Amino acid sequence: MNMSVKKIDAEGVAPSAGAAAAVVAMTPKRPPRSETYARMAKEAAVRVIPPLVVLALLTLVWELICRRAGSTLPPPSRVFKDTKELILDPFFDHGGIDKGLFWHLSASLQRVAYGYSIAAIVGIALGTLVGQSVWAMRGLDPLFQVLRTIPPLAWLPLSLAAFRDGQPSAIFVIFITSVWPIIINTAVGIRNIPQDYRNVAAVVQLNPLEFFGKIMIPAAAPYIFTGLRIGIGLSWLAIVAAEMLIGGVGIGFFIWDAWNSSHISEIILALFYVGIIGFVLDRLIAGLGKFVTHGTAQS
Amino acid sequence: MTAYLKLDHIDKIFTRGAATTEVLKDINLTIEKGEYVSIIGHSGCGKSTLLNIIAGLTVASTGGVLLENREVNSPGPDRAVVFQNHSLLPWLTVFENVKLGVDKVFARTKTRAEREAWVMHNLNLVQMAHAKDKRPSEISGGMKQRVGIARALAMEPKVLLLDEPFGALDALTRAHLQDSVMALHQKLGNTILMITHDVDEAVLLSDRIVMMTNGPSARIGEVLDVPLARPRKRLELASNATYLKCRQRVLEFLYERHRFVEAA
Repeated sequence: MNMSVKKIDAEGVAPSAGAAAAVVAMTPKRPPRSETYARMAKEAAVRVIPPLVVLALLTLVWELICRRAGSTLPPPSRVFKDTKELILDPFFDHGGIDKGLFWHLSASLQRVAYGYSIAAIVGIALGTLVGQSVWAMRGLDPLFQVLRTIPPLAWLPLSLAAFRDGQPSAIFVIFITSVWPIIINTAVGIRNIPQDYRNVAAVVQLNPLEFFGKIMIPAAAPYIFTGLRIGIGLSWLAIVAAEMLIGGVGIGFFIWDAWNSSHISEIILALFYVGIIGFVLDRLIAGLGKFVTHGTAQS
Repeated sequence: MTAYLKLDHIDKIFTRGAATTEVLKDINLTIEKGEYVSIIGHSGCGKSTLLNIIAGLTVASTGGVLLENREVNSPGPDRAVVFQNHSLLPWLTVFENVKLGVDKVFARTKTRAEREAWVMHNLNLVQMAHAKDKRPSEISGGMKQRVGIARALAMEPKVLLLDEPFGALDALTRAHLQDSVMALHQKLGNTILMITHDVDEAVLLSDRIVMMTNGPSARIGEVLDVPLARPRKRLELASNATYLKCRQRVLEFLYERHRFVEAA
C-alpha cells in the first residue's frame, strides 16, 4: 500500500519538477547584466566605504587638532596646499637631487628590485640547502638565527666600508634584510615536503635537478611565498632608513632633506607614498604567490 | 616454478638510539610472472615495510630482493607502486601526473607524441581519460586512485606493487575498483603484489595469499593457493565452496592462530 502511494506521489511530482526546472533554466538569462553589476557594486561598496569613512573621520580629527595656532604639525589642508606642486608634477627634474617624487620613488624601487632579487635567489637556494641537508641545517641554522636579529641599519657602516659607495651599500642592506625570512621559510617548506612525494620521485627516478624543479619548488611554493612576502615588506622598511643615511636620489633621502629644510608637509606626503607603495608591493607578491601556487593546496 | 620476483631471507631491524626492533624475520617468497599475490596481516605486522623493501624505498637489514635474478635495492619504475593515499602531485593535472613517469621511463624509446598517446592510453585503461585536465583536488577519492594505478601501469613495471590501494575508499567504490584491477590484470597479465588487510579482497583478487604473523619479528605464517578460475565474478563467488573455504582459512589464521594483540 505504501508503495503505491509513493508511486503516485512520484508521478504527481515529476511534471511539476520538470516545469520548475525549465523556469529556473530560463530566469537567469533575463536580467543578468544589471543584476550582476548591482551585486558587484554592492560588494565593492562594502569594501571601499568603511575605510573611506574612517579615513575622512581621521582627517577631520587631524585637521581639528592641528589647525590651532602654535601647532607643531600642519593640518591636512596645509599639507595639500604646500605640496600641491609636488603632487601635480611628480616628473620634474631640475638636476641633482631636486627632482619630482616619481624619480625619488623609482630610484628607491630600483634599489629594492636589485637587493630583493638577489635575496630571493640566494634565499631560495640557501633555504633549499638547509631544508634538504641535515648537516647544512646543523651548520648554518644557528648562524642564521643570530645574523637575522641584526637590525638592517647596523649593516650599513660595514657595507659602506666594504663597497665605498652608497648605491651597492643600500642594495646590500636590502639584501641582508630580506634574505633571512626567505631562507627560513623555504627551509621549512622543503622540510615539510610529504614523504609520499619523495617516494613518487624515487620510484619515477627523477634526478636531483628534476626533483628540485618538479617536486621541491612546487611543493614548497606556499612557504617560499610567505618568506618572499615578509621579505619585500622588510626591504621596503629598510630602504627608507638606509637612504636617509646614504643620501642621493631616493625617497628616504627626500624625507631627510625635507626635515632639514623644515618642509613638514613634504614629509607627510612622502610618508603617504611610502605607505601606498609598500602596500602595493605586498599585494603584488601575494598575488603572484596566489597565481603560482593555485594548484598546490593539499587535496 | 620460475622465480620472477624472489624475496630472499629478508630481515628488517629498525634502530632508534639504543632500542632495536626486529620488524621482519626471514621472509622468503617467490612470485611467478603474471601472478597476483596478496600479503595479508594485522596492522603493524610490517607488511608495508616489506612492500617498501621490494619497492626499494627501504633497505633490508639482511637478505635481498631479486627481480629476474638481478638484485634490486633502489627504487625504480620496474617496480611501480600504487600508494595507499594515491600520492598524486596536487599541482599537476591528471594527465601531467601520469606523464611525469612516462617521460622518464620512455625518454629515449618514444617520441613526445608517442609518450602523450601512451599517457592517454593508460588513462583510458582506468577510464579516466575524461578528467585528464583536472587537478587531483577536483576528482573523487576513487578517481584519484584510478589515476594512481594509471601512473604505475604507464611505467610498464615488471611488478606492480599495490600498497593497500583500496583502503581509503568507501565499500562501493572499493568493489568497483577491485573489479577494474581484476580486469586490468586479466587484460595485461601484470605481475602484481598487493598489501591488504581485507580478507574478501585478498581471496577475490589473488592467486596466492601470503599470511603474515604478528610483529615484532613477523614471519610468513602460511601461504594459501586460491584455485579459483578467472575471470572471477564477485556475485557468483559469494556462494562458491572453494571461495568460502579459502576465506575460512584466512579468517582462521588471522583471528584464531594469530589474533591481533592490542599493544599495551
